[in-house]
Amino acid sequence: MSNTAVTLNPAPAAPVQAATRPWGRALRALAERLLPWLLPLVLVVLWQLSAQWGWLSSRVLPAPLGVLQAGWTLAESGELWQHVKISAGRALLGLAIGGGLGLALGLLTGSVRVAETLLDSTVQMVRNIPALALIPLVILWFGIDEAAKLFLIAVAVFFPIYLNTFHGIRNVDPGLIEMGRTYGLSRWGLYTQVILPGALSSILVGLRFSLGLMWVILIVAETISAQAGIGYLTMNAREFLQTDIVLVGILLYALLGKLADVFARALERHWLRWHPGYQTTT
Amino acid sequence: MSQHPSSGGVRVQLHQLSKRFGQREVLKRNELTIEPGEFVAIVGRSGCGKSTLLRLIAGLEQASSGELRLDGAPVQGLNDSTRIMFQDARLLPWKRVLDNVALGLPPERRADAAAVLSQVGLGDRVNDWPARLSGGQRQRVSLARALVHQPRLLLLDEPLGALDALTRIEMHELIEGLWRRHGFTALLVTHDVQEAVALADRVVLIEDGEIALDERIALPRPRSRGDAAFAATEKRILDRVLQHPDTAEPAPDPNWPGVPAHGLRWAI
Repeated sequence: MSNTAVTLNPAPAAPVQAATRPWGRALRALAERLLPWLLPLVLVVLWQLSAQWGWLSSRVLPAPLGVLQAGWTLAESGELWQHVKISAGRALLGLAIGGGLGLALGLLTGSVRVAETLLDSTVQMVRNIPALALIPLVILWFGIDEAAKLFLIAVAVFFPIYLNTFHGIRNVDPGLIEMGRTYGLSRWGLYTQVILPGALSSILVGLRFSLGLMWVILIVAETISAQAGIGYLTMNAREFLQTDIVLVGILLYALLGKLADVFARALERHWLRWHPGYQTTT
Repeated sequence: MSQHPSSGGVRVQLHQLSKRFGQREVLKRNELTIEPGEFVAIVGRSGCGKSTLLRLIAGLEQASSGELRLDGAPVQGLNDSTRIMFQDARLLPWKRVLDNVALGLPPERRADAAAVLSQVGLGDRVNDWPARLSGGQRQRVSLARALVHQPRLLLLDEPLGALDALTRIEMHELIEGLWRRHGFTALLVTHDVQEAVALADRVVLIEDGEIALDERIALPRPRSRGDAAFAATEKRILDRVLQHPDTAEPAPDPNWPGVPAHGLRWAI
């Protein structure tokens, strides 16, 4: 470790000579980027060593190399992709159903007063029921099939998107709407060019909330019962005390969650590129 | 101003025009005629009703009573030959400068938008986001957006109020130049008497919802602010604005020293 620590810290080398200064600066920038990874790296190495030297039972935590190996074996046999595909498919279908409904209803209540009076207080009441509290009822209704999982995910992701869409539309600057009207925009033009883009940043915040919830609900739903998917993989492995595969499953969930977040941020950067807060410094 | 073709501008006529919000009468039986191609500035203190008058003419509000005609036809809602420049530029932040100017234009007229942008001196900023522009540049985009529709009546609702002094003078020259070139009728609402005298053929003062002064500014254009006649006109109108009884030094409250200490309350 001491070796890496030295190469990671080139600061003393930098002021030696003026000619080497650009190099020094580059190294320093590199070190600044790498330094945050130092602690995780040390922890993983400690973990590996303690597993190797028998301080840590593999029942509790298998060695990181063991986890990698298990992941590799699963990936090679194609089993891993099968499960990832099924889990991601469930999550995305649930998001599409719940999020789509939330967006549509949010647009409706945000734009039409009557719809708000009719629907909004009902939605706000139902919103207070945690999706997971519905599990017993959902099992009674749908059994333990795919439909139950999709329903739970759809219910959970519906509310953040609904609420943020509604508020996004309501918070569009009335001055801009008035301007649009005086400049001869039709109702449709006003909607597509002023109201929707104005609500977009808020809608995307709702989407990011929903993506977070989506994985949580998926994990719970798959842990209850599943015939396939990452949850099935881990629960099955638990039965056989295969802690390495359990860890592979956990890491997969983390990875998928991170991917979803990266995707949502990419959407923000693209759709909100006009916004000073999302502009990359050029 | 005879050099303006009458086809370029709209005649605005107000007859006994009143506007009430609830119990409060904001405009009281106003009579005013603005000739086609004329540049009229409306001055007054905040809350005197000058912005309401502008919104009435724009068709954004409905008069409570009286008549309001553009070229003889009564105003009913928004009018396609009228455009407003708002106090805040009201650019759509998610559209690039060119798309902001082309707002509401048919697609085949996008080239006009670019042409008007170069008229206001922003030909090289067409692809920028509004967030990248300065306050003065935003108002110039907003002016271009209004002009690209070739309005016959341009309403300016304190569009320069938030700009610094130098940018304002630049904007005055730009607006005056474009007005002379296009020949539209212009109605400028402002609280800045100097701005009114610099730009307008006539300065109208509104006090408590009534027209209190309607003065023709005979100074030759282009007007220079250093000019003695300019300064005298500005001072005369400013004095008249300030004459209003509301501005009289408020008499000291006779009760104040008599309030006993326990009668005071802290508000923290």
